Amino acid sequence: MNKIKYIIIDSKDNCGTALDKIPQDAKVDLINKTIKINNLIPLGHKFATMNIKKGSYIIKYGEVIGVSTEDISEGDWIHTHNIKSSYLKVKNDG
Amino acid sequence: MMDEGFLGYSRSNGKVGIRNKIVVISSVVCANTVARRVAEKIDNAVAITHPHGCGQSGRNFSNTINILAGLGCNPNVFGALVIGLGCENLFSTDLADKIRESRKLVESFNIQDVKGGTIGAIEKGISICKGFDKEAKEIKKEFFDFSHITLGLECGGSDATSGLTANPTLGIVSDKIVNLGGTSILPEFAEWGGAVHLLSKRAINEEVAEKIKEPFKRFSGENRSPGNIAGGLSTPEEKSLGNIAKAGNSPIQGVIKYTEKPGERNGLWLMLEPGLDVVSMTGLAAAGANIIVFTTGRGTPFGSPVTPVIKICGNPKTCEYMANNFDIDASKIITKNKSIQDISILLWKKLKDVCNGEKTISERLGFEEDIGFWGD
Repeated sequence: MNKIKYIIIDSKDNCGTALDKIPQDAKVDLINKTIKINNLIPLGHKFATMNIKKGSYIIKYGEVIGVSTEDISEGDWIHTHNIKSSYLKVKNDG
Repeated sequence: MMDEGFLGYSRSNGKVGIRNKIVVISSVVCANTVARRVAEKIDNAVAITHPHGCGQSGRNFSNTINILAGLGCNPNVFGALVIGLGCENLFSTDLADKIRESRKLVESFNIQDVKGGTIGAIEKGISICKGFDKEAKEIKKEFFDFSHITLGLECGGSDATSGLTANPTLGIVSDKIVNLGGTSILPEFAEWGGAVHLLSKRAINEEVAEKIKEPFKRFSGENRSPGNIAGGLSTPEEKSLGNIAKAGNSPIQGVIKYTEKPGERNGLWLMLEPGLDVVSMTGLAAAGANIIVFTTGRGTPFGSPVTPVIKICGNPKTCEYMANNFDIDASKIITKNKSIQDISILLWKKLKDVCNGEKTISERLGFEEDIGFWGD
């Protein structure tokens, strides 16, 4: 039985959000595959549901919430250490 | 689809109500108690009272007029009685005339013009409202489709669960109303900051896109508190998307001011106002919203005088502590692995039932006199 609590809000998303703390090495059943979680994911934080190359969009709510600043592997914790806002960048360049 | 509709009340101005209310509006704070005493004696009547109507100027005064007139004009209202004192800035006759523009039954008088003081004024008010009530009860409900519905999208007492549960659930229902030809209004522009570039892309044309961007010209883009970041919100986009998830993915038809009615086109509209929930809900009701869905995490009890409010909560602890204040428990997304889609089906059914006359929890509890005014 899979007790890991998480949510993927939109089918286009490439990340899931933990609805409870997810321990490192936990197995998470997605719709079409099972992935291993590589870091501890705190409640409300995100993990990658697929491999994401550096410079790619992070999608949540079916929309772009940021861009990856390094290669992110399936199961990795996603936060300020490996993604940045594309909106703030636009503002700063302007 | 024939089954996608509800039994509502046809109004002379072409609008459709889901309630048949009588409102007793004080034009000034001095008439508040008289207005309440009248309303409590009449079935289906609600008093709309406030601390204003005199000693105000500029935008604050015009907001007071627009709010009170807008609430009186709301399609859920059958008839309105305006009670003034007689020496205030906001004449009861002027307010009554503005409400008459919606072509419904309206009467007004001033307490100082009634021989018999406040006792006489209360008796006069009751007599007028009994007449309204008799006529209101003669109206037969008719079948309408959801193109006649204007849905207000509100949130308050939000927490980390809101953006993950109740808000996206409401987004599905809002899109459904829009797809059925109806209208949705998203208020609280201060919350859109991190997603202005995404919202403006959804505008139906360049002019609307500019109106969305305009209030944010000098905005840095950062909208998160340190606690937000610690809680997992990695970018400003993510925070704002959690809020505007209430509005689904529909195209944006236009931007309206506080209490302003959406234009000719149905669909999703944005309302520019700052975002205290009671103030927002009052603005939505004054803009003609028939129904409001209110998402919460921490929990809030209030309702609205003319617009039924459906409460949906996504926080498991709040759903346990305040269970008797919520119409929909979205915390099952967290505790029972229910999907957003599952809960949206429950919310849609509840919305249809409420459009058909079923009372919301805040209506049943009598939390109907809560209004707030946007002012300096």
